Amino acid sequence: MSVDLGPEPSREALAKLAPVLTKRWLSPDAWKLDVYQRLDGYSALRKAFKVHPDDLIQLIKDSGLRGRGGAGFPTGMKWGFIPQNDGKPHYLVVNADEGEPGTCQDLPLMMADPHSLVEGVIIASYAIRANFAVIYIRGEAIHAARRLKQAVADAYAKGYLGENILKSGFDLDLVVHSGAGAYICGEETALLDSLEGYRGQPRLRPPFPATHGLYASPTVVNNVETIATVPYIVLGGAKWFRTMGTEKSPGPKIFSVSGRVRQPGQYECALGITLRQLIELCGGMLPGHNLRFWTPGGSSTPLLTAEHLDAPLDFEGMMGVGTMLGTAAVQIFSDQDCPVYATYRWIEFYHHESCGKCTPCREGNYWMKGILARILSGQGVKEDLETLLDACDNLLGRSFCALGDGATSPVMSSIKFFEQDYLDYIEGRKEPMFRPGELVGAH
Amino acid sequence: MTFSAETRERAQEIIARYPAGRERSALLPLLHLVQSEDGYVTPQGVAFCAEALGITKAEVGAVATFYTMYKRRPTGDWLVSVCTNTVCGVQGGDKIYEALHEHLGVGHNETAGNITFEHAECLAACDYAPVVTVNYEFYDNMTAESSLDLVRALQNGERPQPPRGSRLCTFKEMSIQLAGFADVRGEDVVGDGPAGVATLAGNRVAERYGISVPGFDPDTPIGGREEKPPEKPATAGKPASDRSPAGDSPMPQKGDGK
Repeated sequence: MSVDLGPEPSREALAKLAPVLTKRWLSPDAWKLDVYQRLDGYSALRKAFKVHPDDLIQLIKDSGLRGRGGAGFPTGMKWGFIPQNDGKPHYLVVNADEGEPGTCQDLPLMMADPHSLVEGVIIASYAIRANFAVIYIRGEAIHAARRLKQAVADAYAKGYLGENILKSGFDLDLVVHSGAGAYICGEETALLDSLEGYRGQPRLRPPFPATHGLYASPTVVNNVETIATVPYIVLGGAKWFRTMGTEKSPGPKIFSVSGRVRQPGQYECALGITLRQLIELCGGMLPGHNLRFWTPGGSSTPLLTAEHLDAPLDFEGMMGVGTMLGTAAVQIFSDQDCPVYATYRWIEFYHHESCGKCTPCREGNYWMKGILARILSGQGVKEDLETLLDACDNLLGRSFCALGDGATSPVMSSIKFFEQDYLDYIEGRKEPMFRPGELVGAH
Repeated sequence: MTFSAETRERAQEIIARYPAGRERSALLPLLHLVQSEDGYVTPQGVAFCAEALGITKAEVGAVATFYTMYKRRPTGDWLVSVCTNTVCGVQGGDKIYEALHEHLGVGHNETAGNITFEHAECLAACDYAPVVTVNYEFYDNMTAESSLDLVRALQNGERPQPPRGSRLCTFKEMSIQLAGFADVRGEDVVGDGPAGVATLAGNRVAERYGISVPGFDPDTPIGGREEKPPEKPATAGKPASDRSPAGDSPMPQKGDGK
C-alpha cells in the first residue's frame, strides 16, 4: 500500500525543518529512563551543575529563547527577574495546561519524551534557586500525566530529584499536579490560583509572579516546550541555538498543523518559516481544498488569509501582519469551511471557558455567542455586525487577563476579511447552518 | 457514607506533597480522589475535602463547581467526550455528536446506562481531528460510523484499545491517577500507545530527505566565570604612542568633561 505523500516540498521549505526537540520522539521507548540516558539524557544536567546558576541564566539570555506558550517573553529575562538572596522560597511552575484551540505540541512531547521536560525543570530550578517545582498538567491529558509521573518517579530513584542531586548539594522536589478541566488555568496567574486550591481566576498584575507568584513568593511560570528546550541549549550552546530561526526569534519551534492539509501533525521548524513552506512540508492542501483562512497560533490570534502565505511565522513577522505567533498552532481552513461557523465555535469556546471574574469577558462572550448563533440560523440582522464589533470594543483590553482579548481576535478578523460571508447568512443568500433551537452542542 | 480507610490514607499522602502550611494546594487532587470512590463530587465528598483541609464546605463547593472535570451527577464507567471545537467540528465532530446523541438518547452531560456523554472543548489533538475520547483516552480521525462502533463496543462490555493511549480503565480507576497516584497496572500500561502518524509527521519528512540540524556539539562550553576569556582592559588597543593616561576618555554621562 502506498500513501500519497503529495508533491515534493521545495528546498527552501526543507531547509526550514529543524528536528531538535522532536527528534527523540522517533525512539518509541524514549520515555524510559535508560533509553533517554542513552540519547544524551541528563548529560545537560551534569554539565549545568558544573557552572554557577547565574551563568545558566546568562546562557539562556544569550540564546534569545522566547517563551513558547504564546506571549514570546524572553525566558532568560524572566529567570533574571527572580530576586536572589531574598530569603524567600522560589518556585518553578511548568504550564502544561495545553488547551488553546489548535495547540497540540505539548501533549505529544510529554508522552514521547517526558524526561526532557523533567531534566529542563531541574536545570531551570537550579538556575533560579527553586527547591520545589510543579508541573501543572491539563487534567484531560491523562496518558501524558502517566508517562510524566513515571519519569518523575524514575528520576527520583536515580537521584536526579530529591536531596543533594548528583552530589551537587542542590535539592529539588517535583510534583505532577493534574488540573480539572479549565482553559483559563493556562493563564499563568489563574494557574497559580488553581494550584493553590482555588477557582482558577486570574490575578491583577502587578505584582507579577516573579516577585509574588506561588504562595506569594518569587515564581517562574514557563511553558512545557520552553523548559524542554533548555537542555538542548545547555548542551549545544547559545550560538548553535541561534543558527536556527531569526535574529529576534531564534531557535526551533514545534508547529502543530491541523485542518485541511494532506498530513496534519507536528512539524518542528526554524522560526521564520512561512505558511507556504509549512503547507509544502505537510504534502500540500488536501486534494480539492483551497486555502481560505488560517490561524497562526491558536484561536486567540487573529485570522489570516491566502494573502499572508509568505509572511514569516515568527514573533515579529506575525505582528507585522496584524496578528500574533501565539502557540504556533496553525489551523488551516479551506474554501469548504465557513469562517462564520468557525468563529461561532471559537466564541462558544470562550464563552464556556471565561472564568466569569471580569464582566466584559463574561457578558461579552455570552452575547457574541448568541448573536453568532442567530446569524447562522438565518435570523441575523445587518446591525448584528456592528453589535459584534461594539462588543469586541468593550472586551478588548478591559479584563484582567488575555482570554477576553483573545475572544475578540476571531470575531474582528473574520468580519474584516469575510464580511460578505456574514451578509450572505443575514441577507438569505446562504442556507442557514442551524435551525433555531437545534444548535449542536449548545447548552 | 464514610470514605474507605485507603482513601483517607491517600488524602494524607496528597496533602504531604505540598509545602507545609500550603495544604490547600491539595484540593484539586482531593476532589479527583473523591470521584474515584463516588464517581462524582458528592455532598459527603465535599465535606470530606473540607475536613481534610480545614476549610469550609462552601469553599470546597466553590472550587468543585468551577472545573468541568468535576461531575455533579453520578457518572457511568465510560465518559465519552466528542470534541466540537472548530477544527474537529468542521471535519465531522458535529456529525459524530449528533450520531451518538441519537444512539444514546441523552444529551450533553447526561448518562445512559454505563456511558456518560458530553461534548468537549478543544482536547489538544487537533492533528488527529476529529477526536473522541473515552475517559480522556484518544480515538483519532473518527467518523460518525466509527464512533457508533466504539460506543456499541463499550455497551457490549468491551474495551477497545485507544491507538495512542493506555488500555481503558474505568472513570473511577482513572480518577485515582488524576489524584496523582501511579497507575497500579504497572509500567507496561504506561508504555501503551506509540506515537501516531501525525505526531511524527515532521520527523518523517526530515528522515525522507536526510535532514538534521548541523553543528550540535554537546561539549560546547556554557560560558560563564571559569570558561570566559579574561576581559580585555578598557585601554586595550590603544596605540603605545598615545601618552595620555589610561581611562582618560570622557565618561559618557558627564558629556565631554566640561
